[in-house]
Amino acid sequence: MRALLATCLLAASLVSQDTIRIGAKRFTESAVLAELMAQTIEAHTELTVEVKTGLGGTMICWGALTTGELDIYAEYTGTGWATILGQTDKVTDPLRTFFEVRRRFRDEHDAHWLEPFGLNNGYALVMREKTAEELGVRRISDLVRHQRDLQVGFGNEFGSRIDGYRGLAVAYGLDFANLTTVEHALAYEAIEAGSIDLMDAYSTDGKLLRFELRVLEDDRQFFPPYNAAPVVRGETLRKHPGIETALAKLAFQVSDLDAQALNYIVDAEGISPADAATAFLEIEGLIEGTSASAAAARRAYVRVRKSPPIPGSAVASRPGFLELLSTEYGRVWQLLLQHVGLTLAAVLLAILIAVPSGIAIVSRRRLRHWLLGFAGLLQTIPSLALLAFLIPFFGLNAWTAIAALFLYALLPILRNTYTGISGVTPDLVDAARGMGMRPQEVLLHVQLPLAMPTIMAGIRTATVIGIGVATLAAYIGAGGLGVLIFDGISLTDTNLILLGAMPAAALAVATDMLLGRLEAKMRSPGVS
Amino acid sequence: MIEFRSVRKTFADASGKETVALHGLDLRIEPGVVHCLIGTSGCGKTTSLRLVNRLEQPTSGQVLVDGEDVRTADVIELRRRIGYVIQSGGLFPHLTVAKNVGVLCELEGHGAKDVKERVDTLLELVNLSPSKFAARYPKELSGGQRQRIGIARALALDPNYLLMDEPFGALDPLTRGELLSELQSLFSSLGKTVLLVTHDLNEAFALGNRVSLMHEGHLIQTGSREDLMQSPATEFVANFVKTVRRGVN
Repeated sequence: MRALLATCLLAASLVSQDTIRIGAKRFTESAVLAELMAQTIEAHTELTVEVKTGLGGTMICWGALTTGELDIYAEYTGTGWATILGQTDKVTDPLRTFFEVRRRFRDEHDAHWLEPFGLNNGYALVMREKTAEELGVRRISDLVRHQRDLQVGFGNEFGSRIDGYRGLAVAYGLDFANLTTVEHALAYEAIEAGSIDLMDAYSTDGKLLRFELRVLEDDRQFFPPYNAAPVVRGETLRKHPGIETALAKLAFQVSDLDAQALNYIVDAEGISPADAATAFLEIEGLIEGTSASAAAARRAYVRVRKSPPIPGSAVASRPGFLELLSTEYGRVWQLLLQHVGLTLAAVLLAILIAVPSGIAIVSRRRLRHWLLGFAGLLQTIPSLALLAFLIPFFGLNAWTAIAALFLYALLPILRNTYTGISGVTPDLVDAARGMGMRPQEVLLHVQLPLAMPTIMAGIRTATVIGIGVATLAAYIGAGGLGVLIFDGISLTDTNLILLGAMPAAALAVATDMLLGRLEAKMRSPGVS
Repeated sequence: MIEFRSVRKTFADASGKETVALHGLDLRIEPGVVHCLIGTSGCGKTTSLRLVNRLEQPTSGQVLVDGEDVRTADVIELRRRIGYVIQSGGLFPHLTVAKNVGVLCELEGHGAKDVKERVDTLLELVNLSPSKFAARYPKELSGGQRQRIGIARALALDPNYLLMDEPFGALDPLTRGELLSELQSLFSSLGKTVLLVTHDLNEAFALGNRVSLMHEGHLIQTGSREDLMQSPATEFVANFVKTVRRGVN
């Protein structure tokens, strides 16, 4: 029920104010921790909880918490220290780090770290077991001998973080010759296929159980601690002190191995984060009862916890593409409509603003300079950063996605309107004015009709780009086909990726064709 | 009547440097007369024409149409009672011939039936069959046909005045000759006051009751063909009119 709510925008916007909103970043563990917190709060307080999963990273979750769009999410001490507080000092002691982070969040941001869950999901470097054995690599410092010949693939975030590779390189004197950036969720496939030899991983990642990988010992204790804990907005905590009591039940209850097993059953066996959380809470006696819906999850969890799967053993079979399509087509259709709705709303708004602006700047050189410059600047902002920037204004919902898409759609429409109108032969405008047309009549009867094919081409470009960018709406919980694509990526489920990517691509192609026809239709037969 | 009173016009170029297009022009265009402005390029003849329908504003001096200063006139109303024809017709490529000719009538709020009747009359006036040409687009017309449509369009609201800027400029000699003789009869039957700009003295003498020769922003001489040919005011006029005697064009 909650999972459905989280993806259903309309319902989400109708939820009353006294609902506690818990966010989760776009990876399995964050979703499982969010569910653990949500179910614990619902079991031990009178509050209603709404879970927003799949948010696009620290920037978006923390941003949403500070603006009150979220009340709680699970954060890691190392991330809080380096990414949010922006500290560059090295921290190694888990407890001291936790207390320091907790103090500074409370004093500087009125955000409160409750007692940690127990697990430490730190960074780790991993290699294929076979390659590591051949090269005799056990510890990170062993890598120095092989830094010329290893193919290295690091995730974007790890590669650029001071507590990631940037600091690691200094601490160990590393300088890899062949270093590429790989989307983290895809790196496992890459290392298994042999296209990379070394990658970064999270120490509680369920995927570590699935692939034959060796975790290298951090022999200089470089990696900072990443203890997970609930972070709660101060205002929420004062209003509902029961939250702290409820969440205290989870303190130190989730070990590294527990987390890895929970992550594994979600990633490899298709159990939902909600069911995995229910199973865990029931087994640990943190909530009452044994619900039927979580029965499969309970069995899977107990099995994995008892005898971890042999690395390299076949992943539990996942549904094939056609099977997935036949069971999920209702959801695909709903997400497709959402996708179309987001794009359409944004492009229509952009037309409303950019076409008149494009006309206005034809005769105003300075304004043109500024407006085209501004619209061009917007294009250069990375989409995730733009989304994060817009959350404080619109919240974690469709409006933020529409606003971002709208901003991206401005330039093509603005520029093409300007180009189209100013490209009308000056003689024709002169003739129209000379024969006694009013300025608005010149615009309506001469300039706009002649510029229309160019303007339509701009709208077409904006729409097709918009359909592509709208996949990122999933990052802020605004739905769209990106939900399937990004879930597929984080679960390394190619069929799920295709289930989202194919309709998105088809939508883009169909829209392009449709608008192309409209463009041709708008062109007068007298102009070719 | 159109009257220029000490009209001076200067333009500033991109660097801010001022060039004088007209040094105090004094000229009267009498009612019912076809008056040609002639001169080499840059002499100020086109600027003079554009001052009449206020596409340009005088730097100093006055331009009067029917005794009213064009600067105080309602510019839209002024332009609608002055037909305007430019080189190669200035037709709107996205509109059919009928729409091009009828667009002003439509803007004036005439009914569809009236507009169609008016368009047909005008097309016949310029010797183009309505049934054959009304639905065509400008790109499907020859240069001469386009120019005729341009003239028909300028006459749509039955203006008293007609401004024509190099109406034969883009035409081949044969088409030009044909259109010239048609215009002669058209002008004499319509009785409009016409101000026509050309660089071709033969055209000017063939069409105009009166001809004004301009040079570098100055009006040199105004008169009939005979006045200019037989008593040229200056050496420049004498040299200019020689081209006619030699039969150029």
